[in-house]
Amino acid sequence: MTTLRRTASHPVTRRVGEVVLTLLGVSLLTFLVLRVVPGDQITAAYGTAAGELSPDQIASLRAYYGLDKPLVTQYLGWLGGVLTGNLGVDTTSHLSVTTMTAQALPNTIELAVLSIVVALLLGVPLGVLAASRPGKLRDTTTQLGSLLALSVPSFLLATVVSSWLTNTFGWYPNGEGYRTLWQDPGLNLQQMLQPALVLGISIAAPILQTTRTAILAIRSEDFIRTARAKGVPTRRLQTRHILRNALIPVTTMTGLQFGFLLGGALVAEQIFAIPGIGRQTLLALTQKEYAVVQSTVLIIAAMFVTVNLLTDLAYRLIDPRVRAS
Amino acid sequence: MPRTSRKPALVTGTTAGLAAALLLTACSGSGGSAGSTANGAGTLVFGITADPTQMVPWTATSEQSIQVLSQIYSPLLDTDKDNAPTAGLADLPKVSDDGLTYTFTLKKGVTFADGSTLDSADVKHTFDTIMDKASKASSRSYFASVKSVAAPDPQTVVVTLSKPDASFPVGLTAVTTGIVPSEKTADTLATQPDGSGPYQFASRVPNQSITLTRNEKYYAGKPGAAKVEFRIIPDDQSMVSALKTGSVDAAVFTNPVTAKTAASNNTKTESVGSLSYHVLQLRATSPVLKDVNARLAVQCAISRKDVIDSAALGAGEVTGPITSPQFASDPQQQPCPTQDLTKAKEYLAKAGTPNGFALKVMTSEGLYSTAVDEAQAVQAQLGKVGITVTIESLDSGEYVKRWLAADFDAAIASNGGSADPNTMYARYFTPTGTYNEVAGYSSDQLTQLFAEGIATTDTAKRKAIYSQVSQDLVDNAAWVWLFTPKEFIVLNKGVQNFEARSDASLATMWKATVS
Repeated sequence: MTTLRRTASHPVTRRVGEVVLTLLGVSLLTFLVLRVVPGDQITAAYGTAAGELSPDQIASLRAYYGLDKPLVTQYLGWLGGVLTGNLGVDTTSHLSVTTMTAQALPNTIELAVLSIVVALLLGVPLGVLAASRPGKLRDTTTQLGSLLALSVPSFLLATVVSSWLTNTFGWYPNGEGYRTLWQDPGLNLQQMLQPALVLGISIAAPILQTTRTAILAIRSEDFIRTARAKGVPTRRLQTRHILRNALIPVTTMTGLQFGFLLGGALVAEQIFAIPGIGRQTLLALTQKEYAVVQSTVLIIAAMFVTVNLLTDLAYRLIDPRVRAS
Repeated sequence: MPRTSRKPALVTGTTAGLAAALLLTACSGSGGSAGSTANGAGTLVFGITADPTQMVPWTATSEQSIQVLSQIYSPLLDTDKDNAPTAGLADLPKVSDDGLTYTFTLKKGVTFADGSTLDSADVKHTFDTIMDKASKASSRSYFASVKSVAAPDPQTVVVTLSKPDASFPVGLTAVTTGIVPSEKTADTLATQPDGSGPYQFASRVPNQSITLTRNEKYYAGKPGAAKVEFRIIPDDQSMVSALKTGSVDAAVFTNPVTAKTAASNNTKTESVGSLSYHVLQLRATSPVLKDVNARLAVQCAISRKDVIDSAALGAGEVTGPITSPQFASDPQQQPCPTQDLTKAKEYLAKAGTPNGFALKVMTSEGLYSTAVDEAQAVQAQLGKVGITVTIESLDSGEYVKRWLAADFDAAIASNGGSADPNTMYARYFTPTGTYNEVAGYSSDQLTQLFAEGIATTDTAKRKAIYSQVSQDLVDNAAWVWLFTPKEFIVLNKGVQNFEARSDASLATMWKATVS
């Protein structure tokens, strides 16, 4: 009994419980929102021509899409399928959601990783640079740049970048059919470069800001003054003490952004024709493919939660104080 | 009928669609033969913005589905430049004197992609399936007057109508009535299309591309390109980039600005008209519009030319109700051919609202690229005579829902059009029409005219009847017909023999060659 109570209150068990509840909530919400939005698969497929279908045809279509069943039955039926590993079928392509996701997810993960790499390569060094002379020219310039990167919408940035490269250099690898990393690594990386840059630039901004703020905050902490007084060399002080501590909030921010990217960088995937999970969701949404939207959103939510969990764990590794508490 | 651009509805007559265009130039002289630089082993890459949603001909509604399926399947009849039916898989039918029996003779030696012979049993099977109430056929309405289909011998198909219907043959030119093999089920065809068109299905990567290969045995001639790849590029600007770099050979744009940006040294642009038309639908039964004078005031206050110039950047032609070249209305034949604010005010006075009234106009950004701009242009013009317009800009799902429920006063819409005026308007303006409640207007005289119009197969007589229909509609300001939009095909210069046509199909694209 005591063991049980202890297990139930263990932080990890509690987190897993929260995860399950969160995912259930997400699935229910997605299900309901999809039904509240006007239109169903029939009007999505036929538009106003749906009015020309005879009542028999509509009945037959409703049965085909499973819309004739009560909402509770629809939800429980789908949920039951998910629990037994059946995520449903896309009625347009006749593919199972599992197959579709297995094809789309690696592309999204690759794009997310590349974008994060770009963002870290830009954000951290520039953040350090900005923090080195607070209030001075290089600080203001970097801050201004990050503000700009943050406020330019990514669809605009994407359009500008791609039409500039096309018009100036005649270079637009995304016009070719998409190749995965295994099919053609060279072309794949070319195709990923533009979206990764666009996403990386917009994510670099919060990382830069976080890095800068964290460094400035830590620099004025007592333990740094103590270390400095004890004669710790500047270089060691900066890397071991300041940067390492500053990386804690940066890790959190990176994790958050990564989780967000795994949700499918919808705009970039759409503009650059990357067949990732964001585009899968978008297309399914416009076609009102209920099973696909519900399952894909659930998968995205699950990834987001997992990434958050892993970020927490990484946080514990970097900062021993978290472990102690 | 309005359609949304993302999920266009419809497919009327020779089809709806926007691609309006299509292709194949100068084929009259050169036929499908390859030019000197043409590469018989080349691949024509056609950029489309969305994955086709349906792959079985009779269920097809989206523009992309129709573009792809028109390469794979052949309908019984083809069309000429004026959208009039011509011989296709079958010769033009022999029609009995009472107009009830249509006898078709099929071409010999036509095969499906799987090698099996296309005969009258396949035609009967296809038509019976479309007419089956349980099938999900969007093309079922073309067969509304069909009583039975018989296949007395392998080359002969006899269709018996329950009443004369001159618009019947037009339905047989649509891809959505394309002939499928009788032994294959809809489920099989959904993943493995099998038709007798110029190309045959090779492979499909969902949301990325569909690849077709040349049908060496195509009954009408040898297709120009060895392969056709429909590549899905969802974003317009990306499509422009892909055209400029030559990775895509052809694409259709409805937005004139985008089409302009796509022009470069490597491309040529053809602008084409279309059967579709943009219209301000006035629901004549709605409280604010039930007085004909109120509707006429709206008609007179609108400058169609200004709507084209401001909202569609000049890319359109003013139109009357009927857009088909064979039966076209004179766009100037209406109470106010151009904007006439004095007359508009007179009508307002007659309607008992000399200072104007409040009108709600619904539209949707999801309809087509200039829909909201058109609503705004109309709003500004009506404001000049005191008609205060509130624009309801809706999500396309909401728009479709309210449109179908006839829950609006006025709506901006893009309708697909049809080669046959009966197909185009009987459903709106006759009391038994599917969309009569949506239109809110009909009369005994109109009903009589529509009945006469399909009772004769004589084209000249029909034209006279439909010009009366057209006149009745504009004189009563059933709707305000604005313009037929222009569409733009941007082609790589290496593409030859593409003919721009005013029907929506890519039915003649097979003659195009790539170098």
